Amino acid sequence: MRLFATLRLALRALRRNKLRTVLTMLGIIIGVGSVITAVSITTGATKQVEDRVASLGQNVVTVFSGSFTGGGMRGGWGSAPTLTIEDAEAIKNGVANVVAVSPEVRDRMQVQANGLNWRPGVTGEGPDYPQIRSWGIASGSMFTEQDVRSVAKVCVIGKTVVDQLFLDGDPVGQTLRVRDIPFKVVGVFESKGFNLFGQDQDDVVVMPYTSHMRRVSRATFVGSILIQASSASAITGVQRDINELLLSRRRSREPDFTVRTQLELAQTATATSRIMSVLLAAIASVSLIVGGIGIMNIMLVSVTERTREIGIRMAVGARGTDILVQFLIEAVTLSALGGLIGIALGFTASKIIASTMGWPTLTPIWWVVVASASSAIVGVVSGFYPAWKASNLDPIEALRYE
Amino acid sequence: MNAVIQLDKVEKTYHTGEVDVRAVRGVSLTIQPGEFVAIMGASGSGKSTLMNIIGCLDRTTAGRYQLDGVDVSGLNRDELADIRNQKIGFVFQGFNLLARTAAVENVELPMLYRRNNLSSRERRDHAMGALEIVGLSDRSGHFPSQLSGGQQQRVAVARALVNKPALLLADEPTGNLDTQTSIEIMGVFQKLNDSGITIIMVTHELDIAHYTKRTVVLRDGLIVSDTPVTNRLHAGNELSRLKTEQKAVQLD
Ligand SMILES: Nc1ncnc2c1ncn2[C@@H]1O[C@H](COP(=O)(O)OP(=O)(O)O)[C@@H](O)[C@H]1O
Ligand SMILES: [Mg+2]
Repeated sequence: MRLFATLRLALRALRRNKLRTVLTMLGIIIGVGSVITAVSITTGATKQVEDRVASLGQNVVTVFSGSFTGGGMRGGWGSAPTLTIEDAEAIKNGVANVVAVSPEVRDRMQVQANGLNWRPGVTGEGPDYPQIRSWGIASGSMFTEQDVRSVAKVCVIGKTVVDQLFLDGDPVGQTLRVRDIPFKVVGVFESKGFNLFGQDQDDVVVMPYTSHMRRVSRATFVGSILIQASSASAITGVQRDINELLLSRRRSREPDFTVRTQLELAQTATATSRIMSVLLAAIASVSLIVGGIGIMNIMLVSVTERTREIGIRMAVGARGTDILVQFLIEAVTLSALGGLIGIALGFTASKIIASTMGWPTLTPIWWVVVASASSAIVGVVSGFYPAWKASNLDPIEALRYE
Repeated sequence: MNAVIQLDKVEKTYHTGEVDVRAVRGVSLTIQPGEFVAIMGASGSGKSTLMNIIGCLDRTTAGRYQLDGVDVSGLNRDELADIRNQKIGFVFQGFNLLARTAAVENVELPMLYRRNNLSSRERRDHAMGALEIVGLSDRSGHFPSQLSGGQQQRVAVARALVNKPALLLADEPTGNLDTQTSIEIMGVFQKLNDSGITIIMVTHELDIAHYTKRTVVLRDGLIVSDTPVTNRLHAGNELSRLKTEQKAVQLD
């Protein structure tokens, strides 16, 4: 019997019991739909995290104050500052494959300009900071090594600060007051958007770390040190060497710092979405199994109801395999159709979530493929026993069935 | 000429519960091409059982059955299905049409299971041809529920014919029909028989048996008589006689 004719037969049989068909497909529809929705959300979130990790810069190794155990952290990052400018210089001079180092002091404080107030992040960095973060200067220029040495009252500001304080025109050359100390704006960063932790990276005033420590924050330690390795392959070596170097500079064998690579940061940040993905896969399998049981149940009912039809078909020459294929295709049509509807619904739902909640969603094509394939497989598996039962009916008994 | 049907001491025993029912107890019967045989007998005499065996719907428990020179007893399920599809057309007392399926699609059904596939166009053409033979081409799109009993049985006959079988089997085809419709169906059968198709028909109505050429009587699973029909009726004549009678009744 022709496949096309069988398919038409299956569709007709399913159309005859519209309500039952829809109810049967509901398990698969809901299962596939929710999985596609959830996958779209986690994939979107993961993608965002990855983008933000990339926005950290190229081949960046970061040294934080404080010690982190395993994946969790103790204290806050940079909460108990133990790193010094000397540590940074030692790294720059003593570790191979390091191309740039920037000691970092972070703070958040009130700043004024043009009679306006704002509270951006105020950060002290070295002159190589834009290079390390792959962060371009939109106008003006970065402060120099000379500015660091002379503890200059200069700063480079981010897009958000420009938007908040310099409503008219180019801020370069204008003055911005931090703790009532006037700083000359020498440059403006290109816009970078949000970082790994959802913070606005453009909401920042960056000044020489010396100026920050001596004039603004009065800090004696630096919170962290940014290091750029010469290449991706050098990163592991650089991380190890920094660890050894810093340990050798300390009396205690207990490290009071943590050296993290970009990759590790990314892994920490995506760990939750990976757990989510595993959970989703579990939900998906459960819902597909439940949907499959529903299909098997309905197909068994259908075989019983249509015993006479099966008898008639056999009487006019249908082989067992013809009957088997007929019911199998019906089951597969049922589940595959449910899968397709589920995919469409899940896709729509994720689009709605993206637009109403502002979450970035992304529907990966291979999940769509996996969802379609698994719902088809569910159809074959759950339809097989009823179809086999139908194909093994005795023609005479099937014809006599009332 | 080779016999179409050759039954040799065929037996069928049903093993149900404690007692074995010997529905057919050693039937030997030879039917030549072109014959039109009525199988008669009381209810429970084994007529249907015998027909199902002849129709390859059921198997013998003993004896030999040769169809067109092929020993059917040794064939498997699939081979039997193919024989039902290609060599045999079966008409049932209860019509056995697929509900909510147009007449023409019911007629197409056996063609769906042919080993050499036909295009849907060819299937439709053949089915319409078969409906034409039974005089029902104007009802091809109707569902069985929209047809009278006689019309439904014609659809069933068309379905039985569509794969051009050598043998037409009918188990009480007029059992659910009134006299006039029964004669009309007999007319179709006689026309088909005249065109060369061998027909075996079960009936318990003596007057229906008179439209055939040979009568075989069963009792308790055994053949008790096998005689040619002498005073054979012609459906065309009987129908016009019936109509005249009906007219007379109306005129009164
Ligand atoms: N599937 C079956 N199981 C048990 N007994 C059966 C079955 N089919 C028929 N019989 C018995 O076989 C005998 C012949 O039945 P059947 O061939 O249907 O008779 P007929 O068609 O002449 O009325 C009856 O006694 C009937 O009860
Ligand atoms: Mg009977």
